[in-house]
Amino acid sequence: MTVLDVRNLSVDFQTEGGRLEALKQVSFTVPANRSVGVVGESGCGKSTLINAVLGLLADNGEITSGEIVFEGGKDLARLDADSMRALRGQRIATVFQDPMGALNPVLSVGRQMRDIQYRSGLSKRDKDARSVAMLRKVRIPDPESRLAQFPHEFSGGMKQRIAIAMALMMEPALLIADEPTTALDATLEVATIELLKDLQRDIGCSVLFISHHLGVIAELCDEMIVMYAGEVVESGTTREIFHDARHPYTQRLLACDPARLSHRVPRLPTIAGTLPDLRHRPPGCVFQPRCDRADTQCLTVPPRASLGGSHSARCWHAEVPLAEVTA
Amino acid sequence: MRGILREPLGALGLTLVAVVVLSAIFAGVLTSYAPSKISPTERFASPSLLHLLGTDHLGRDLFTRVLYGGRIALMIALGATLASLVVGVVLGLIAGYGPRWLDNIMLLVFDAVKSFPTVMLALTLVTLFGPSLYAVVLVVMLVNVPGYARIIRTQTLVLKSAEHVMAARSMGASATRILGIHILPNIIGPILILVSMDVPVVVAIEAGMSFLGLGVRPPTPSWGAILNDGFANIRDSYWIVIAGGLPIVLTTLGFTFLGETLRDLFDPRLKRRS
Amino acid sequence: MSAGSLLEVNDLRVSFRVGGLSARLAGRATEIEAVSGVSFSLDRGSTFALVGESGSGKTTLARALNGLQPAVAGSIRFDGQELRGLSNAGMKPVRQRMPMMFQDPVGSLSPRLSVRSLLTEPFAIHGLSNRDLDTEVRRLLALVGLPRDFAERYPHQLSGGQARRVGVARAIALDPVLVIADEPTAGLDVSVQGEVLNLLNDLRDRMGLSMLIITHNLHVVRQIADRMAVMYLGRFVEQGETEAIFTKPRHPYTAALLSANPEPDPDKVHQRISLPADVPSLLARPKGCEFHTRCPQAQPRCSTEAPLPVVVGDSRLTCHFPLNT
Repeated sequence: MTVLDVRNLSVDFQTEGGRLEALKQVSFTVPANRSVGVVGESGCGKSTLINAVLGLLADNGEITSGEIVFEGGKDLARLDADSMRALRGQRIATVFQDPMGALNPVLSVGRQMRDIQYRSGLSKRDKDARSVAMLRKVRIPDPESRLAQFPHEFSGGMKQRIAIAMALMMEPALLIADEPTTALDATLEVATIELLKDLQRDIGCSVLFISHHLGVIAELCDEMIVMYAGEVVESGTTREIFHDARHPYTQRLLACDPARLSHRVPRLPTIAGTLPDLRHRPPGCVFQPRCDRADTQCLTVPPRASLGGSHSARCWHAEVPLAEVTA
Repeated sequence: MRGILREPLGALGLTLVAVVVLSAIFAGVLTSYAPSKISPTERFASPSLLHLLGTDHLGRDLFTRVLYGGRIALMIALGATLASLVVGVVLGLIAGYGPRWLDNIMLLVFDAVKSFPTVMLALTLVTLFGPSLYAVVLVVMLVNVPGYARIIRTQTLVLKSAEHVMAARSMGASATRILGIHILPNIIGPILILVSMDVPVVVAIEAGMSFLGLGVRPPTPSWGAILNDGFANIRDSYWIVIAGGLPIVLTTLGFTFLGETLRDLFDPRLKRRS
Repeated sequence: MSAGSLLEVNDLRVSFRVGGLSARLAGRATEIEAVSGVSFSLDRGSTFALVGESGSGKTTLARALNGLQPAVAGSIRFDGQELRGLSNAGMKPVRQRMPMMFQDPVGSLSPRLSVRSLLTEPFAIHGLSNRDLDTEVRRLLALVGLPRDFAERYPHQLSGGQARRVGVARAIALDPVLVIADEPTAGLDVSVQGEVLNLLNDLRDRMGLSMLIITHNLHVVRQIADRMAVMYLGRFVEQGETEAIFTKPRHPYTAALLSANPEPDPDKVHQRISLPADVPSLLARPKGCEFHTRCPQAQPRCSTEAPLPVVVGDSRLTCHFPLNT
């Protein structure tokens, strides 16, 4: 079963400087009980993608083509606002970088967790019991007595765990996690990833995990897509991409990660050039102006080259293996 | 500027303000009468080509008095507002950036001054100094300064710990430099809008005080004084009340529309909410 | 003081008052020591990294060195001069030679100033406006690899990496001897991170700069710092040569930090040292060794007796039962 199936999604924004293609022909699927990572640097369209799925695009944004099929039925790209609102928080839950986005500072944690369960029809006591169980799952010590406390009485790491507990309270089919560990310290980040992994297995939901941190994606996700300038340039299982990336952008991105270096190097690898202006996309391959493998063929849009299994890359030269780049 | 004209209310506001300002500046050209010249033979005249708005109980040309009254109204409104702004900004910056104890004392003073009712304040000042143009300016400043200073203080406090201010401090920048270059330019915008919206309030204060005889001394023309003359002689001619009231209403509306349009242009979020 | 050392910090303490009058009347603790007896020295031309998690006091320490935060005890000797207790006026010439870079690449630039004004500000502050400022701006932009026409841009028109370069240019404007950089790569994409670190390394080599880098990113430390110190609750728990600490961490906290780095390899088998519980509050420091509440190696002695720093060669360690010995 596929929980989320995004097909040829394109999103445009109307800006003062003209139309901006924020997403172009984005396709990927999130299978049931799997974690899919979305990796990319700033400006790659990660936020636009999440907002499109959640039906929260800004007023000047518009889905120009494509479908977002949720649980094999509804097309979220065409769903009315009321039905969309009914899905959010119940079937599709979200966790963001800043947990205070999900927590109301003036209400106790217990009250907020009760409020999420308004559709459950449970008594107040049963709701609180479920809240306590959920807080225990996210490893908040002594949850019974902490229900009465307010968000500011918890540490940053605990706040994020409470936000996760609230997101998973209604056992959603899909959890969208947008850089949930970026603001946390390393020791907490690792703990939060472990927690998300356990919870996902426990509850049996799918996770769409957005991050710029390659290490986090590698640890948490089964499959991943790599985005650049609003396009999916490569997708496959996490193992395929980390061991056998074929798109030059993915290869360079992996090479740039200092976590791959086990010793000091005289010069850190970088990606020359800058992101193209999305109002005037370069002809052909979107990465071509920064790519050292680019030739005249790259001036025409490359096909999605299948590399076996689910692995594919949008590149004319997808045959060069990763080892030759990082060596 | 083009943005203001695109909004119908903004265009109307700008037109009204332009008319009032221009007629005040060119009062001497637009009329051949002197504002205080009494003409007993022409009392309570209705509007005519000779007297566009008629005459009052002393036979003075009302159109002329309205034009010259506009001068007074605008001079006081703009002068007093500008003075309030300058004093408010300076006090606000000092309170926000200075030591904590000074801030506490200044806040106490701001709140104390602000808690006086305007009318009582006006009466007290007039009793002390006698009715005059300066009394009006002083009242306006006492009413406005605490509010402006408080807003500037709060914004200064917020920016005081901002990274770009810390960076300037770490370079060894002086307090005046930090306040003038790194703080004030970032907080002055919203205040200017607020101040422009206060101009009509000041027009009303001046008119009100002059109406009560606490402001500009007769025979100097003032819209409030004209209004007062009108009320005293309402049985003989209703034109005087109209001549005194209409410019107050139009000026107030003009500045309010203009201020609101400016605010919306600078901060579109406020507009969507309303 | 050894001949080569540029900055010598001894037993430095910085504290904050928290809570108001009510807290004081209720008898609650009202002082927290954010930096608690820190000692280290930085050699000329070398780079020293301060590593710690949020709340460890590393930023406060940096601000104390620059005089933005008064130190309550200890000494800071910079190029032979004692800095603690200097007035703002006394600090001014020091700040010219010891500029500081702040975390937020865009936020640390004044939003209404053009890049040109930002870059000429150090000259204006230190009374050097008589220099040919146009030439200086061009020189600085070239040094950090930005095109000339960037002088006319404003901070909001810059990407994170470009803004960071402007920040670097401003820091090196007056030929400093020591640059203090608080999280120089925070908020930057990985591909841009490398560029900034390469730039900092280049400038250090070319200008003979010394650098003090504050970061929570251990990968950054390894690529840029000669020596490093690990901070926990305002104290240094371990300091020494970067490579030595990376290969053989001796403090259990250092070891846990190093193991907590998610690595880009899905098949990697992790031997994680997971730290239980949260960081204790500075208002209620644990007794004995302050790390014992979270330490996987803690023994009864650790909760009663505070370990003293042990100096071995040029490394320093505060632990009763060090690892890798």
